[in-house]
Amino acid sequence: MRFEVGSALSIGAILFTVIIVAAMLIWVERRLLGLWQERLGPNRVGPFGLLQVVADMIKIFAKEDWVPPFADRFSFLLAPPIIMVVILMSFSVIPFAPGVGVIDSDIGVLFVLAMASLGAYSVMLGGLSSNNKYALLGSLRAAAQMVSYEVFMGISLLGVVALAGTFNLREIVLSQADGWYILPQCVGFVIFLIAGVAESHRLPFDIPEAEQEIVAGYHTEYSGMKFGMFFVGEYLGVVLVSSLIVVLFFGGWLGPAFLPPIVCFVLKASVFVAFFVLLRAAIPRPRYDQLMNYGWLFLLPLSLLNLLLTGAFVLWQEGM
Amino acid sequence: MLRLLKDTLVSQVVTLWKVFLHAFDKTDTVEYPDVKPQMFSRWRGRIILSRDPDGEERCVACNLCAVACPVDCIALQKAEDEEGRWYPEFFRINFSRCIMCGFCEEACPTHAIQLTPDFEMAEYVRQDMVWEKEDLLINGTGKYHDYNFYRIAGKKIGGKDKGEARNEAVPVNVRSLLP
Repeated sequence: MRFEVGSALSIGAILFTVIIVAAMLIWVERRLLGLWQERLGPNRVGPFGLLQVVADMIKIFAKEDWVPPFADRFSFLLAPPIIMVVILMSFSVIPFAPGVGVIDSDIGVLFVLAMASLGAYSVMLGGLSSNNKYALLGSLRAAAQMVSYEVFMGISLLGVVALAGTFNLREIVLSQADGWYILPQCVGFVIFLIAGVAESHRLPFDIPEAEQEIVAGYHTEYSGMKFGMFFVGEYLGVVLVSSLIVVLFFGGWLGPAFLPPIVCFVLKASVFVAFFVLLRAAIPRPRYDQLMNYGWLFLLPLSLLNLLLTGAFVLWQEGM
Repeated sequence: MLRLLKDTLVSQVVTLWKVFLHAFDKTDTVEYPDVKPQMFSRWRGRIILSRDPDGEERCVACNLCAVACPVDCIALQKAEDEEGRWYPEFFRINFSRCIMCGFCEEACPTHAIQLTPDFEMAEYVRQDMVWEKEDLLINGTGKYHDYNFYRIAGKKIGGKDKGEARNEAVPVNVRSLLP
């Protein structure tokens, strides 16, 4: 069996690695938060506390699988797998390295955006079916936040698409061989980063699950592995957004010749994963109306302006 | 627009940088079971019963500690020996109730009951949290090295009559006419 795009070996390796990495992020996040808050973090279970993930998993699997009697059973059970499936589907179009990937889709960017929109169903269904006022508030906020931030998440990517002339993520990486898009598209990068944080509802944009206000938001009523799926789904989202940033703005696997392409990709992606944790360590949560105003009144015009200028530049270059 | 940019992006970037610099600071964590913390000598921890310099129990079973205790975790019974000394027949502290407030130490007239800096008192069986007199008594004098209640108090016991205590005058004979 050869290691090429779409082979069973490639698909299996990507699925396995992505899920393991997402689970390990539980430990990575707690250690990094500890580092930045001048404490240690989990360091007791196994070397450097690495087996903390195993302990957490044993705990979460051993918990009672309970559905509240007042919940709408079908959609309550349906909600958590949606976010896992949707984000794992998005990984299928990510080009990790030459020959490593699931499919080479010509609509890669659109596919990722579509899957990100479907992810909103998970939090909406989870909150609505819980039949709990805090869960309802959380899912209302989540729905509004994800729908708003998706708008300019898409628009901020169009600059890259216009420069590369393709929606295919692998070709976008290849077109960065003589210069990463972070330089011409730095505004788009910042907007995409902010929208990505909001899409994966991580701090500082974790308003849908703000503990201090609405218990745990949309997953208030969830426990056991159903909660675990939301939890791992969030980390999968972090890995996905980091990978997308690397692919779209930082040249994917392209790098110095002495590094294997996949190592180069992983190194770049882990920088952004660490940055996600740093965001959580440093920045407080904005108010809900501030989040909405910031999105619609500042980021949306900025992303449109960025798209306009990029489009003008591309047309001018073609006219030369 | 520029002010919004400054309020939102610039200040956030400064915050991120300052928090990032904490990565190079020393951690404040004390890894407890491996590194023992330095306790203060007046720390209110495990309760002990001390002895006087002669090696006798200081406790005179006056029950003041049991009365002062806000959670009623002290139980004791008075007994008297042939010399007339009072002592507790049993003295029991239920440490699963004790809140380490130190009121018993303040109430004690003989410096018998004292709190020590030891705080590692976890047990697997709840019954093991109840300590009897044998467990509480120590062989030393605790915080007060030369205090001996019966040497100072005016109470008459075997081998020490009225007026023989330290700093105590011989009792006045009220029936005598001499000045």
